[in-house]
Parts: sequence; structure tokens; C-alpha cells
Amino acid sequence: MMELSKYKSETRPDWCPGCGDFGVLNALIQAVANLNIDPKDLLVVSGIGCSSNLPGFIHAYGFHSLHGRAMPIATGARLANPDLNVVVTGGDGDGYGIGLGHFIHAMRRNLDITYIVMDNQTYGLTTGQASPTSQKSFVTKSSPLGTIEEPINPIALALVAGATYVSRGFSGDPKHLTELVENAIKHKGFSLVDVFSPCVTWNKVDTYDYFRQKCYKLNGPDYNTSSMEQAIAKSREWDPKIPLGLFYEAQKPTYEEQDPALKFGNPVKSQLGVANPQQLFQEFI
Amino acid sequence: MRNDFNVRIGGAAGDGISSTGEIFARTCSRSGLHVYGMNSYQSAIRGGHVWFQVRASLDKVTSQGDNLDVLIALNSETAEVHAPFVSKGGVIIYDKDKVKFNANLVPEGVKLLGMPLADMARKFDKNPIMQNTVALGATIFLLDLNFDVFSQVLSDIFGKKKQAVIDANTKAASSGLDFAKANYAQLDVKLVLPSNPRPKLLMTGNQAIALGAIMAGCKFYAAYPMTPASGVLHWMAAHAASQKVVVKQAEDELAVINMGIGAAHAGVRSMVGTSGGGFSLMVEALGLAAMTETPLVIMESQRAGPSTGLPTKTEQGDLNMMTGASQGDFPRIILSPLTVEDAYYATIEAFNLAERFQCPVIVASDLLLSEHIETVDDLSPNVVIDRGDLLNAAPSEPYKRFKITETGISPRAIPGMAGTVFVAASDEHMENGVVVSDVLSGLPKYVKERERQMEKRMKKMDVARNEIAAPKIYGVPNAELTLVCWGSTFGVALEAADTLTKDGIPTNVYAIRNVMPFKSDEVAATLKSAKKLLNVECNYTSQMARMIRAETGFEIKDKFVKYDGEPIYVYEIVNKAKAVVG
Repeated sequence: MMELSKYKSETRPDWCPGCGDFGVLNALIQAVANLNIDPKDLLVVSGIGCSSNLPGFIHAYGFHSLHGRAMPIATGARLANPDLNVVVTGGDGDGYGIGLGHFIHAMRRNLDITYIVMDNQTYGLTTGQASPTSQKSFVTKSSPLGTIEEPINPIALALVAGATYVSRGFSGDPKHLTELVENAIKHKGFSLVDVFSPCVTWNKVDTYDYFRQKCYKLNGPDYNTSSMEQAIAKSREWDPKIPLGLFYEAQKPTYEEQDPALKFGNPVKSQLGVANPQQLFQEFI
Repeated sequence: MRNDFNVRIGGAAGDGISSTGEIFARTCSRSGLHVYGMNSYQSAIRGGHVWFQVRASLDKVTSQGDNLDVLIALNSETAEVHAPFVSKGGVIIYDKDKVKFNANLVPEGVKLLGMPLADMARKFDKNPIMQNTVALGATIFLLDLNFDVFSQVLSDIFGKKKQAVIDANTKAASSGLDFAKANYAQLDVKLVLPSNPRPKLLMTGNQAIALGAIMAGCKFYAAYPMTPASGVLHWMAAHAASQKVVVKQAEDELAVINMGIGAAHAGVRSMVGTSGGGFSLMVEALGLAAMTETPLVIMESQRAGPSTGLPTKTEQGDLNMMTGASQGDFPRIILSPLTVEDAYYATIEAFNLAERFQCPVIVASDLLLSEHIETVDDLSPNVVIDRGDLLNAAPSEPYKRFKITETGISPRAIPGMAGTVFVAASDEHMENGVVVSDVLSGLPKYVKERERQMEKRMKKMDVARNEIAAPKIYGVPNAELTLVCWGSTFGVALEAADTLTKDGIPTNVYAIRNVMPFKSDEVAATLKSAKKLLNVECNYTSQMARMIRAETGFEIKDKFVKYDGEPIYVYEIVNKAKAVVG
């Protein structure tokens, strides 16, 4: 195990006191420490939003990219250097709103990337508008009469899109969350950890108390994490209770394992240029 | 005395026009001739009207040429549309049983060679595409080309198919040749072919770009299918395993460019390709590459806009967009290769510039350059790979990714290296990468940091401006008239200048190949010393002339523009030039 201090950033998080994202940052640090991942071999990629500031708060390589574009940045990095541990962190607006298309395609590719979504069901950084996971009738400055749309169901979406590790945690339960994140990083293939990460400033509905009362953990002999049917059924539960934990896990070849060029080794470590240019030129005769 | 000939074959999409054209073009290039070929097609998979043209010459040719010597009309529409362009002494080969056209459209002195193409073809294969081969056989005779070279090309191109296909095609061509020999005379424009010719490399601009990228060590290429950029994607995908380059077709161009940036950040040489519409989607991330100082090569092959525009037609209409895209001021480099050959070298140069200046570099192509085929002089296999200030190991002092330096260029580390951990952020940041956009913004110390980082990034443009080559004059010195152009328009401008010079108006060409940073002082001096100027470009508003005026204050008054989607023809520039000179 790596010492936790190895991941300590010089920059202190600028999140509001009590923000759920602190729990996610701590869980991530604990998970990579448990897995003995050297900060130099870890790349944390994010988009834009409160939670997307996370790469600045952990001592590891980071890419704090554009709103919604963390996933393709991470994809490019993974394909260029499959030895890197790539973790994508961001919020619900970033991943399920503006970046939704990339999220779905990353899952169907089964890239070996871990995606941690700090889902606070609102746009925090832009002062609390409705987000894609806001519950129906959520009242905000951009929806004064309450939202009309149904929320996105990220767990159900991930299951049908082909993610091979689909889980949900709660930043109010750091021990459980650490376990999910650790297993997600260990998992070979695309892993999603959707985290209820309450926004204490802008969301007075989906609070710590709300989730403490509503959430229960998926476990016990009746639940089989390799059953897509059970996972789909559980993913649709919200009232009266919301399940947390690992919904589904499957072993499938990753994209990286199947890419025709990556079979020949790690691109970032390979020789540049062409060994036999004349042979290549001959194609044009 | 002509030393070139021009052959056009036209029919419906699905008639195999493009492969027939390629076979003929390759026959010419293997015979030691210079070739310039172009494919005119529509955004339709079957039907419509398509044609392929091959101009071959003893000397280098740099445009499609104005007139035709041989027209192969596989349907009536082709005959009607193209007959007026056949030169005196030329011929129209057509199927006498099914192709009907108005004989009044045929210029005087053009012979009509009605052959039973379909009937003859049917003897060898039920595939009607075989009629193209019969017509090509006749053309081989008419232009006195070497049948053995032709049949070798056939077997190389159909090599992956069954021997029966090769045999049937060879016999069909041979019957076409025999028919022509028995019934027609060879054309006056036939050339005395070089003896023991060295076969020339024949490729499209897209292939030259892809080849250049591989030679430069590109290890990651991403794209979303879009005409006319897809040729690069196809070539790269076909060579992904053999050249160990990761090729990714992504879900959209937003993903494409961000994947490209991610790969470059991880340390490989990375390129993305698209056309104007896709580039529009990439715009935000263009600034991201600049802000995070990530080296990225972007191939933008322009097509006729705006919006979906004419997807299969050419234009140089994206200059304003390429020079101005994305919010804020940031360094970017734009190269517009002038020829297919130059597309190879410009792409290699683009990778070096991207890593040297750690910024996005755009290779500005267009449909004409990307998709036309041309013979190129021997390409140099000796490629210099300059990775710029890329670190091999951590420096002794604490690492600062965005360190202020005299050149603005900071030593670059990549993830995986020990002792150089940093975060690249789209937000404004300090030398150590820590963002100054959130809780620190507006505080005097960090206001200063912002200013320093802006100046550091922009400083790279000044350094790059000094390093890149100034535009050059091509052709006769002390010309009466100078044609100003950029990108693929160079080829036709060069031939127009040659024609004008022969017609008594000494004309040369000033080609702006390195568009950004702009060599303002050099361009201003050259333009001021020119006797008369004509700006030539393929868009409505003369975007380069506007850029020249913005960068130098110099206004080029006379302008030739074309925006109908078709490439510029030599005679069009010549006519305009003569009117300008008066």
C-alpha cells in the first residue's frame, strides 16, 4: 500500500464545506493507495464543473479539460499509453448532459477506464440550475415552476450501453464508496461509479439525510451481480428505496486488447517513423 | 506541339468509373508520364453522373487541363455534358447501341467512335463494368500506350480477386484494342513514351498526408467519416496494424479532437482529420490544445460550404474559420500545402512544429488537393523528427509544466514520468499548472500570472514566425503580372502563368503556403514590388486577399474568385488576367 500523503496536492479543494465531493476525493485517494498505484502512473481526467476541479486536488497526472469532453480525452490517453491507470471524474451535468454521447460510446467500447460521477443532481458551479439527473419538479432559477423532464437513469443507461462494472455509491458512506472505487479501478473494462454526492448549497431536496433514509445496499445471497436482468430491475428502483452497491459486473475483452495496433505494444514507448519506407512507397507505383 | 493528352471517362455512379480511371492513370504513370487525375462525383452511391479524368504529360502537370482528347461516354448524359470540351482531333468513344446524343454538341474536327461496347463486354463477363475495360483497350491503342504495362496494372489492381477476373478484363481490353486498331487511326496527341521509364509514385493528397503522418511517427489518428477527409482515415485504417498506429473512428468530431488531444497529452504524435463541418465541431477543443500546450495536428480538407454545402465539391472557403476559430487569443500554426508532394512534406513539418511549439497545427487541404491523384517526384524517406523540448527525465529543480521561458516554450513531460507530475487545465493556470480561474481569480498576484501566461503562449507565435519560411515567387522574374494564391490553387495558377508568359504577358505566381503565423513583412515587401497583381482563390470573398490586407495593409485590387464547387481552369485565370493587364 502506498502512503496517503503521496497523493496530497498542494492545492486545497475549493468546494463548499460539507460538499459531497470531499468524500469522493478521499475515497479515490484511499482506493489508489490500497491498490499501490504510483501517482506517476495515474491520470485523472475531468471536464468542467465543481467536481471536475478534482484533478487539481490529488497529486497525480491530471487533465482538466472542457465541459463534457473528459471521456474522449481519457480515451485518447488510454489508447496512446495503455499502461496508465485512467480515472475520469466529473459531475452529472458534465457526463450525463453535455457529455452523454461520449459516455455511451465509451461504455460500448469497454475501454479500461474508471468513471466516477459525482452526481449532485444540479449544476453547482453555475449557481444551481436543473441537471439531467434532477428529480422531476425540481425548482431552480432555470425551472421556477419545477422541471418537466424525467431524470436520466445513469445505472440503467450504463447497463444497456455495455459497461462491464456498474455501481452506485454515496459520499455519506466513505468506506463503502472506497470499496466500490477500488474494485472499479481493479476491474478490467469500463467501470462506472455513480455517486450520490450532495450539493449542500444548491440542492435542498437530494440531501445527506434524504439518501441516508432512502438508500440500502445490494447484497445478500439473492442478488447476483452477473445477472443483467436483476441489475436492470434494481436500476429502476427509486421509491421507496434506492439501492447502492455493485449492480453488475462482467468479464469481456477490452477495446485496448482488441485494437489492431495495440497488439504490437504500447504506442508511447514505440519507435517513431517507418522501418522500411521504400516498401511503403512501392504501394503507390 | 502538345506533350500531353487528356482522357475523361463518364457514366453513372456504380459504373466503376473511379477504378477504371485509376487503372488508366496508373498505366500512364508506370509508362513514365506525369499524371494529374481528378474524380468528379456526387453525394450518391448509385446513379447520378460521375466522371474521372486523367491528364498525362511528358512534363510535370499541375492542373486538370482545359480540354479533352478522348471522351469515353458510358451513358447519354456524359456525351451531352462533355462533348463540347473535346478538342479538335479528339474522339468520343461511346456505345453505339445505347448512347444517344445531339451531334450538334460535338465540336468540329472531333471523331465519333461508336463501338459495340456492351456487346463486346458481354463476351467476357456478365458484369457490365467490363465495357469500361473494352473502351480503355481502345484508348490504349489510340494513344499508342503499352498494352503490357496496362495489363500488368490490371492484374495488380484486381490481384486480390480471382485470376478469372483478371483474365476476363485483359481479354476485354485486348478486344477493344483490336477493334480500334481495325477501325480507327491513332491520335495526333499520342506521345513518344520514355524508353525504360522509371515508374512514378501516383497518389492522392489524402494519401500523401497519411503517408507523411506515418513517416513523421504519428501513432494516433482519429476521425469521423466526412468527405473529402475520409481518404486519410481509410488509408490509416488499412495501415494501422502494419505501421502500429492506433486509428479511431469516433462518435463525432467533438470526440475526435479531444481523443487526439488526450493521445498527444499522453505523449504520442497525434493527428485528427475532418472537413469544414467537422472542424466547426472541433472549435472549442482547438483552444483547449493551445491552452494546455498540447501538440496536435489537424487536417482540415475544405469542401464547398456553407453548412452541408456541396459535400463532394471543392472550395477554399474555410480560411477565415481556420484563422479565427475558438474564443480568445492563442497560438496556432496553419500550413496550406500547394501540391500533393507538398502535402507529404507539410504534414511532416506540421508534426515537428506542433511539438516544437506545443500548439495546434492545421494542415489546410481542400477537396481538390485531397482527392485528386498526381504523380510526385521521389519523396524523401529521410524524415527529421524534432520532438521539441520533450523531457526524458525530471529536471533537477521542481518541475513547472508551463514555465516562463525566453521562447515561451516550456519543457514538456508526459504522464508516466517520475518527478514531473502536473495537471493540464483548460482554465488559466500558473507555471506549475495550478489554476487561477477560481478562488484566485481577480487577486492582483494572479491577475499578473494570467498576463504572464498569455504573453508566454503568444510569444511562441513570434518565435514560430521567425522560423517558418516566407512565401515564394514561382516562375519568371520581373513579371508584368503576379498571381497571388494559396493552397491547391497554386497548381492551376502555375499553369496559367506559364500560358500567359507564352502569350506575351510575363507572369509569375506568389504562393502563400505558410498561412499562420503570417509573414507580414516579407509579404508586404513582395507585393509592393510587384508590377501588377491578381489574387486567385476558390471562394466568394477572397479570404486570403482579406487576410493579406489585415496583416499588411496592402490591398490587392484585382481578384479572381470561383465558388461554384468546381476547380479553377487555366483558361479562366488567363481570361481574367488578360482583362486585368488590358
